[in-house]
Amino acid sequence: MPKNNPAKPWRVIPGFGLTLGLTLGWLSVLVLIPLTSLFVMASGLSLDQWLAILADTRVQAAFRLSFGGALVAALINAAAGLLVAWVLVRYDFPGRRLIDAMVDLPFALPTAVAGIALAALYAPQGWIGQLIEPLGIKVAFTPLGAIVAMVFVGLPFVVRTVQPVLEDIDSEVEEAAASLGAGRWQTFTRVILPTLAPALLTGFALAFARAVGEYGSVIFIAGNFPGLSEIVPLLIVVRLEQYDYVGATAIAAIMLVASFVLLLAINGLQRWNRDRLSRGAA
Amino acid sequence: MIEVQNITKHFGAFRALDDVSLVVPKGKLVALLGPSGSGKTTLLRILAGLEAPDHGRVILDGIEATEQKARDRGIGFVFQHYALFRHMSVADNIAFGLTVRKGKDRPPRAEIDRRVGALLDLVQLSGLAGRYPTQLSGGQRQRVALARALAVEPRLLLLDEPFGALDAQVRKELRRWLRRLHDELGLTGVFVTHDQEEALEVADEVVVMNKGRIEQVGSPAAIYDQPATPFVYRFLGNVNSLPCAIHDGRAEIAGLSLAIEAPNSGGEGDGIAFVRPHDVEVRPPSDGLPRAVVEQLAILGPVVRADLLLPGNISIEVELTREQQNHLSLAKGSPVGLSLRRARVFAGA
Amino acid sequence: MRRDESSLIRWLLIALALGFLGLFLVLPLAAVLAQALGKGTGAYFAALTQPDAWAAIRLTLLVAAIAVPVNIGFGLVASWAIAKFDFRGKSLLISLIDLPFSVSPVISGLVFVLLFGLQGWFGETLRDHNIRVLFAVPGIVLATMFVTFPFVARELIPLMEEQGREEEEAAIVLGAGGFKTFLTVTLPNVKWGLLHGVLLCNARAMGEFGAVSVVSGHIRGLTNTMPLHVEILYNEYDFVGAFAVASLLALLALLTLVAKSALEWRLRDEISALRQS
Repeated sequence: MPKNNPAKPWRVIPGFGLTLGLTLGWLSVLVLIPLTSLFVMASGLSLDQWLAILADTRVQAAFRLSFGGALVAALINAAAGLLVAWVLVRYDFPGRRLIDAMVDLPFALPTAVAGIALAALYAPQGWIGQLIEPLGIKVAFTPLGAIVAMVFVGLPFVVRTVQPVLEDIDSEVEEAAASLGAGRWQTFTRVILPTLAPALLTGFALAFARAVGEYGSVIFIAGNFPGLSEIVPLLIVVRLEQYDYVGATAIAAIMLVASFVLLLAINGLQRWNRDRLSRGAA
Repeated sequence: MIEVQNITKHFGAFRALDDVSLVVPKGKLVALLGPSGSGKTTLLRILAGLEAPDHGRVILDGIEATEQKARDRGIGFVFQHYALFRHMSVADNIAFGLTVRKGKDRPPRAEIDRRVGALLDLVQLSGLAGRYPTQLSGGQRQRVALARALAVEPRLLLLDEPFGALDAQVRKELRRWLRRLHDELGLTGVFVTHDQEEALEVADEVVVMNKGRIEQVGSPAAIYDQPATPFVYRFLGNVNSLPCAIHDGRAEIAGLSLAIEAPNSGGEGDGIAFVRPHDVEVRPPSDGLPRAVVEQLAILGPVVRADLLLPGNISIEVELTREQQNHLSLAKGSPVGLSLRRARVFAGA
Repeated sequence: MRRDESSLIRWLLIALALGFLGLFLVLPLAAVLAQALGKGTGAYFAALTQPDAWAAIRLTLLVAAIAVPVNIGFGLVASWAIAKFDFRGKSLLISLIDLPFSVSPVISGLVFVLLFGLQGWFGETLRDHNIRVLFAVPGIVLATMFVTFPFVARELIPLMEEQGREEEEAAIVLGAGGFKTFLTVTLPNVKWGLLHGVLLCNARAMGEFGAVSVVSGHIRGLTNTMPLHVEILYNEYDFVGAFAVASLLALLALLTLVAKSALEWRLRDEISALRQS
């Protein structure tokens, strides 16, 4: 029996080797090698150096603000994003499509522009600042300002993950719940919300991840007082400007590991979300 | 003439084709018939050069083509979902195979336009040259796909489930139309289907496949009248399969005893007898005949379908004419006598 | 059966949502305009016509003009490899392509400082050959390409996967070559998705701040992109100047949103047509 050459896989569509090679090559040169270099440098640090960096209260405070602030911002975005998605999907009102398009503004607006705009708004003489100042609330140049900026940059994530799932919910499911005697609020909490949960959680995680690493929009409004309103990315920049490459690299490596853990979690959530959706469709 | 020899193909651990050999005579339309997973589409794609076999050879018109690229084989392929180029008009779709030719092989524009026009006439879509695929019905898309495949004047036309995505009425019309078209053009063609009715109606020759092997090759009549294996019987359907005991060259089925005719079904012990509903003769009950009771009666236009209960709780479906029913005055619960005009027994199946 | 809330609750929810969006989207945009035009249109245009502002605009356009085409090329090549073929590790590759999205912009810049800075891996070699990467245009381009890396690819991969391979197979059976198939069949099918990715990629390339800030060195007139120029002016209390340049970037963002929404309506139609057929 004639045996065909198995070493040469048969592909009808040409260009596999070339395109995959280019893809891997460019990915390695631009992304993988640079990121690896950071870990290689960080791995050269001694235990004492690590301990010294981690024991620094300024570093600790920065991590507290970046992660704690991002958590608060993501929670606000989860609630507000759900509300906005609900209103955009369920209700018709003038300008709905315009507002729908506007939701992506934080994706399109450069972070520096958002930063100075928010700073101008919340400064003591700003439009919002002068309203809340008499109430004793200070936003600009406080950790609160960092959270406001983090809410801004994370705003589209929850809306954009929840919206398609909400659009897909079969009206029959809600009608079935109502026919079984559920009130509107019961239908929402017992039927709609559980369906939205994976998407909501995914959007929350995406908004959180974005806020943790955010730089441009935060630094203008936060005031950047060391140990108080200084975020981790800014601390990395400060270390670099002091030519403290070791410190910058160590802090960056911790941030990166945290980002990768978040990325894994988000991937898991998205898979869960997809499985839910496809099972619902079946 | 198209020939495949000893083709084997695996997808990972799954054996899609297992030592398959087949000859497609010139000018014939051949159906590859089988359930999903039987390997029929894989065989078609290997003929087209869209897949390569692990072992075996493909020979097109006497020339070894196993290693030949799909684009060089001169084949027309109609995809299951048509794969029309959605951003091109109907005319551009049909012309594609001619316009991508290089240098002197490419016909001049006027010639291409003429051929596209002729093909549009052939598939009865003359008015729709400027339409886009999304603006067409399923049946129209199917015909565009066929015209596109024919435009390159292929030596072999391959069709993957050509009627699979169409609704029942359109399906029936297109089947007959394809058969007529084939007779007019005298093409050699192979199509894949899982619908036995379609295969028997359209093809000159039917290849029944199961689990990567060929079960039987023959004319539609031969396939229907003399299925070679229990699988072919079951797949073609419309048959009673009755457990029986084989002894001394006779099969015993709940009091019915019949001589075994087929030579390949020797042996003793358990077996299965296949009986078509119209091969059961229903008579008035009499002493010499095995008895049964009418369990259900359904009148389907000119024919009557009856489920009869044999002793031992074995159910058998029979078909008879309205006339016969009246003559026997059959009703639910009537006792009847039976004899078998024809049956096929397989030992151990 | 009605599944709607009472109109009171409905309008309350709409008001709440609009209030939130107004606070976080509309007010910042309005603030940019108000501040930019705060001292009149004369001051606004004067700020925009300063040589440093012009240099920043030119540099931003140059960086985008390099980063975006490279990104298009990579996106097309990567999505062809991923969507038209099966191979092991495909989902890992897709995750790796997305990686730059989850890296803080500052770290995206930092990695290039570590590679090309004086103390970096290639620092000495570059200095010996008198090549400037850091605090110069090549560094800015590299950092921009890093942060925009996934844009076109992640747009095209799902689209091409959805479209399948049958059209390409059909073209090849009809005698078309690989490149011809790509040009006449694949590219026209993904053109709107490609444009969508390019729009987002361009917006990010022109607007990137953190990564570029780390590698640029902030040399006025030389290595300042528009967002960096905004920062410098702002820190110098030249608010009209800062917000004037910012207003250009905000305009770019709005144009991007308009074009993006128009494309999305179009894409949605195409995809639903695809699903039906």
